[in-house]
Amino acid sequence: MKKLLLGDEAIALGAIHAGLSGVYAYPGTPSTEITEFIQTDATARERGIHSRWCTNEKTAMEAALGMSYAGKRALVCMKHVGMNVCADAFVNSAITGVNGGLIVLAADDPSMHSSQNEQDSRFYGKFALVPVFEPSNQQEAYDMVSSAFDFSEALKVPVVLRIVTRLAHSRAAVEIGEQKAENKLSPSTDQWVLLPGIARKKYVDLLNKQPEFIKASENSRYNKVECGGKNRLGIVACGIGYNYVKEVVGDNANILKVSQYPLPEDKIKTLAAENDAILVVEDGQPVVEEGLRGLLGAGYQVKGRLTGDLPRTGELTPDCVAKALGQQSGAVYAPAKNLAGRPPQLCQGCGHRDVYAALNAVLAEYPDYRVFGDIGCYTLGALPPFKSLSSCVDMGASITMAKGAADAGLFPAVAIIGDSTFTHSGMTGLLDAVNDKSNITVVISDNLTTGMTGGQDSAGTNKFEAICLGLGVEPEHVRVVVPLPKNMPEITRILKEEIEYNGVSVIIPRRECIQTAARHAREAKKAKEANK
Amino acid sequence: MKKDIILCGVGGQGILSIATIIGEAATEAGINLKQAEVHGMSQRGGDVQSNLRLSTDPIYSDLISLGGADVVISMEPMESLRYLPYLAKSGTIITSNKPFVNIPDYPDETALMAELASMPSVVQLNIEDVAKDAGNARGANMVLLGMAAPFIEILTVEQLRKAISVIFARKGEAIVEANLKAFDMGVEASKK
Repeated sequence: MKKLLLGDEAIALGAIHAGLSGVYAYPGTPSTEITEFIQTDATARERGIHSRWCTNEKTAMEAALGMSYAGKRALVCMKHVGMNVCADAFVNSAITGVNGGLIVLAADDPSMHSSQNEQDSRFYGKFALVPVFEPSNQQEAYDMVSSAFDFSEALKVPVVLRIVTRLAHSRAAVEIGEQKAENKLSPSTDQWVLLPGIARKKYVDLLNKQPEFIKASENSRYNKVECGGKNRLGIVACGIGYNYVKEVVGDNANILKVSQYPLPEDKIKTLAAENDAILVVEDGQPVVEEGLRGLLGAGYQVKGRLTGDLPRTGELTPDCVAKALGQQSGAVYAPAKNLAGRPPQLCQGCGHRDVYAALNAVLAEYPDYRVFGDIGCYTLGALPPFKSLSSCVDMGASITMAKGAADAGLFPAVAIIGDSTFTHSGMTGLLDAVNDKSNITVVISDNLTTGMTGGQDSAGTNKFEAICLGLGVEPEHVRVVVPLPKNMPEITRILKEEIEYNGVSVIIPRRECIQTAARHAREAKKAKEANK
Repeated sequence: MKKDIILCGVGGQGILSIATIIGEAATEAGINLKQAEVHGMSQRGGDVQSNLRLSTDPIYSDLISLGGADVVISMEPMESLRYLPYLAKSGTIITSNKPFVNIPDYPDETALMAELASMPSVVQLNIEDVAKDAGNARGANMVLLGMAAPFIEILTVEQLRKAISVIFARKGEAIVEANLKAFDMGVEASKK
């Protein structure tokens, strides 16, 4: 049976069919649809596969590791920058090893379609010394989940499944395979206490597994050789890079397709011996290109992103790969003359708009103010017409950067953070600020959802006042407002009062995201009709 | 045979529904398909596009090459021009001619429409008016799909009609009929 699936959906279905017992994730483009698929899939619901959203990627990674410890198969999903958040747990999970199969899915975003950098998660695999799988298409994505779980269980190691936006968000037909049963509960009897003396031994165990990982890559069905080239250029094509190479050269090239790491060293050395140079085609950063330089030595010509044969930044395209392979492009239309950029913007009627309108009105009176922003829809407040933000760095950085700037003497130092981002990584920073009595004003713009990724549940809904009070913010400086144009006088008055207060204050403008509100209204209407 | 299509518009105009219907028709017909979508940040009132590739041979790249698109199907006239470098010299633009102005620096409409009209092969229509005439104000995207249907070639108009019935089936017979009517009016319009 064939099904038309997004890359993300193929992974989700592959995991369900491979005997998954739990997915743990925080929403992040382009990984979100994996968990959403599992949340709504009939088989997954029937089996009771865990799929509730986690507070952040670190809690997700640790919970997945716990499920693996108990003997069951677990999947943890995140966008690439989520790997930074869970890195402590991830790197150490390579030392503990796993019991039930454990896949860490990282969805990279070359070209930064919805991200603040284009870091390559294959580096994390290398860093933690664990195998990485990188599917080239939706079918491989589906098949690989099962292979990766088997491999993880057999070698007792977590594995990284690395995808990129173009695979995650592209549809193709996928042939569906057989379904495996879930593992039974069978907690690990191995040593998982990483005291230094134990960790030293386990680290050596991990190093001793490396030759097995390489051998698996040499024999992997996902790493295949094609010898159709008449010239003496070898091509190492990684993940979806393979598709662009095939699009351009068809069967007329000497290709080593790489979709399982560590690199299959013998296969690469053979390709190098049979050709005069190698072009590395990889989406993301030049991970393999650097590796080949080490493996083949300075005397061998390795071409790729570092040599300028392919662009140093941005995702691969069939056009840049064609150019790197020496193909002339045909005549194309010039860009249109009557064209303007159309950047994304906050929805009309969104509560964040009212928050920025109020902030701008109040802060206009202060010459040296700065508003430190955070990650979410409200980052769009940096763009016209509001142009309110001075920074947006990583999840939670609004509060801590405002604190550091206030420590330096900046006034007013304002942080704006969404509800989901606050529980993800803002709470600890707020505690720092409270303990230091920092002079900051924190706006938690609460729209009751994780908006930018499509309206997923937000971990802290209905708990924000209690969280702030629990962290030690003084009760009279936790203020709640409703961000609507008619409330502007009240909102601006409260903002002004709290900016003038010398200490930590939190203002919570609360109004549901208009997108989820519309969805909830539709669902309510439907339920009402069904009950008639 | 292959057809490379760029679907485009402004976030929220319903281009992904068009893609879903073509995808359903292609799958049903046993034609290979790859469809790269845009999700996330770029949906919020910004420009959106989807690369839709249909072929009787295997398809490798998810993305269409420069000068490779046989058809650009657009919900908005300026957006149809955004992808000119991707349009094949022999390609066709099928677009709504009603500007969606949500930016302060939207180009001069007369100049914009003149540039569009200067392209060798263009089919343009006020799809929103046609949808309203069909009694389905929200069906502008189906009007557009109808306009494009004769140019998709690798799929028949009838196969696309059937896919509309399948995709909207769970929303009830009335919605299916309304969308088919909008689609048919689009097909008629493109014959003129």
